[in-house]
Amino acid sequence: MATPAQEHSHAHDDHAHGADGHGAHDHGHHEMSFWSKYVFSTDHKVIGMQYMFTGLAMGIIGAFFSYVFRMQMAYPGHHVPFFGVVSAAEYNSLITNHGTIMIFWLAMPVLIAAFGNFLIPLMLGCDDMVFPRLNRLSYQIFLLSALVLIASWFVPGGGFGGAWTAYPPLSAKAQYNLTPMGSSLWVIAVALEFVAFLIGGINFVTTAMNSRAPGMRMFDIPMVVWMIVIASILFMASVGPLIAGAFMLLFDQTIGTGFYDPVRGGDPILWQHLFWFFGHPEVYVVLLPAVGIVAEIITVFSRKKMFAYKTVLYTAFGTGILSFFVWAHHQFIAGIDPRMANVFTATTVLISIPIAEMMFVFVATLYGGSIELTTPMLWALGFIAEFIIGGVTGIFLGSSGADIYFHDTYFVLAHFHYTFVPIAVIAVFAGITYWYPKMFGRMLNDTLGKIHYWGTIIAFNGIFIPLFLTGMGGDHRRIYNYDNFPELANDRLNHLREFATISLVVLIFFQFIFIVNFFWSLKNGKKAGNNPWNANTLEWVAPSPPPHGNFAELPNCYRGPYEYSHPDREQDFWPQNEPA
Amino acid sequence: MQKPIATTRSATTIPTGKLAVWWVLASEVVIFGGLLCSYIMHRLGHPEFGDYAAHTNVWLGGTNTFVLLTSSYFAVRAHFEAEHGRGANAAKWLYATVGGAVCFLVIKSFEWTHEIQAGLTITKNAFWSFYYVAAGLHGLHVIGGAIIMLVIASDAKKNKELHRVELIGIYWHFVDVVWIFLFPLLYIAK
Repeated sequence: MATPAQEHSHAHDDHAHGADGHGAHDHGHHEMSFWSKYVFSTDHKVIGMQYMFTGLAMGIIGAFFSYVFRMQMAYPGHHVPFFGVVSAAEYNSLITNHGTIMIFWLAMPVLIAAFGNFLIPLMLGCDDMVFPRLNRLSYQIFLLSALVLIASWFVPGGGFGGAWTAYPPLSAKAQYNLTPMGSSLWVIAVALEFVAFLIGGINFVTTAMNSRAPGMRMFDIPMVVWMIVIASILFMASVGPLIAGAFMLLFDQTIGTGFYDPVRGGDPILWQHLFWFFGHPEVYVVLLPAVGIVAEIITVFSRKKMFAYKTVLYTAFGTGILSFFVWAHHQFIAGIDPRMANVFTATTVLISIPIAEMMFVFVATLYGGSIELTTPMLWALGFIAEFIIGGVTGIFLGSSGADIYFHDTYFVLAHFHYTFVPIAVIAVFAGITYWYPKMFGRMLNDTLGKIHYWGTIIAFNGIFIPLFLTGMGGDHRRIYNYDNFPELANDRLNHLREFATISLVVLIFFQFIFIVNFFWSLKNGKKAGNNPWNANTLEWVAPSPPPHGNFAELPNCYRGPYEYSHPDREQDFWPQNEPA
Repeated sequence: MQKPIATTRSATTIPTGKLAVWWVLASEVVIFGGLLCSYIMHRLGHPEFGDYAAHTNVWLGGTNTFVLLTSSYFAVRAHFEAEHGRGANAAKWLYATVGGAVCFLVIKSFEWTHEIQAGLTITKNAFWSFYYVAAGLHGLHVIGGAIIMLVIASDAKKNKELHRVELIGIYWHFVDVVWIFLFPLLYIAK
């Protein structure tokens, strides 16, 4: 076994080698063509950017879809600006693809793949992922999956409209879903996306296990890296059955196998089990990286050591394990055995404990800290506040007795948007505003950032608080036009729907401020320097933006990542690479 | 492309390539595990699956089990030679392993042809859907493994990347183990 010291000298030798003009570090000095530098690059930072921009572009499409169907909800049958009159089939396709995109093509690529790729090698103090070409392959498969999904909207019959959960027999038989090609392309796109993330995940986990800076022990790894690694393992452990299930669905659709056909000995409920056995851990697959991002930001801007680092870590492991035993809470009214419903109620309510604990830990980190309310800090605090609403309403739905009444209403929809929007939007903005200086070498404009923050947060609540109310009023999720349901088409509910839609338009408007800020700051932002936030973790040791090979000299690690305001030091931070 | 320094580090002391192969297998276990659990749940709920299974050819399935196990032994020999730095010998044993894979696939296609001609097609009912999809997915792994093995053998012949002989061996044993599960479930449990 190489001791840390040997390993250090080994890395050092390699580096010295690089300085002689043969090593990885020298790559930056070669003239690389545009194609090899930005399109077919194997550099983890470029691949991270590719994931981020692809994910954000898909997110814009997903947001546009939500705008169209919310307009249909508020003003049924009217012409929607930039779209036209929404048909029932289009409505189904829009909601299906909105959900699919936001989870598989926004939350996962940005939270796991973009931040994972960008941060893991930098935070671990190494020059790249362990398998750079696999990494590139992972992005290419992901890009292909996005193109297949987009193509599925333009084939005869239109895009798949059986909801993102794709329950058979609706999804399996073209005579029911009326989208013979759209539904197959949808399944293929999702399966390809899974493959991309399996490859990426193996890379993440192996890199974190093997390529840490000399001296970095398990508990010196920054929380966000841990969270992305745990999420990758959770994904790996849960997605397999659904990959098998996706092929079974594809064969049911295309060659007429009988997996989900009860007449031939199959069972449609099988899909629900396979889907949710993946689908519920998937919630934590995207939640944990978001929590990791929030943990980094809250610690840095509290100028205090992270409260209970190990507890958070163990809690994350516990949450991950528990998340494999809650899936049937999605199926309380699918005809499962009521005794099993009791078991799954218990596990579901249990899983709120570790999550609540993490939130308390963050509050404890804030307590007594020297809090700086920068834009990323606002997003991190917003995450906690909003996610708690999602968590608390989850307890209603996890209890099978209450869920029977809430099932498939807008209450459910509002609940999971209070979890997913903090994850896929709020934490993403937290991460982008926090690491933007490292990614692009310049600071974002703080005033524009704060306007964007408040506009987004207030409008977000304006969308979903009314939807809790319409859900309790009886609004069913799958209704395309409430005018056909006189008892739901009353003024009170209509006004709430309209309020939600207007809030959404406001929210989308505020995103333009972010886009302007993002591109304006690329050229005109204040130069960031290596470490604008005075943070400890190793990515801030590298130049901003880091060159190919990341570090002028690969760092060693001497301590944990959260030594802020140490009593023996004048400075209130203590970088991991600084010798004692 | 220059290997990054990250690839050469080994904080766990397990070589990075081997670590990755184990993670690949972990994810494969879940894929096959999901498929087989689905099958087992159906099998328990449908006693008539036993009657359908009676139409499978246990002798051919058994022969294939023997063929795969033998090929795994060849893979072990290849690893042994590679460990002692004898790349050319390792390559020979790898080619023998590929021979086993080809033999397996030939028997399989013979078997399937007969079944399909007898009207036992993938669309007949859920049992046959599982039968063809599970064995087919396994067959794809056999084909993929054989192709990778040929690439590794051609390197090993020149004494290059000898550590990869062990990695493909680990994978090949896994393909073997999957079949060990498939054979009793699909052929023997009547």
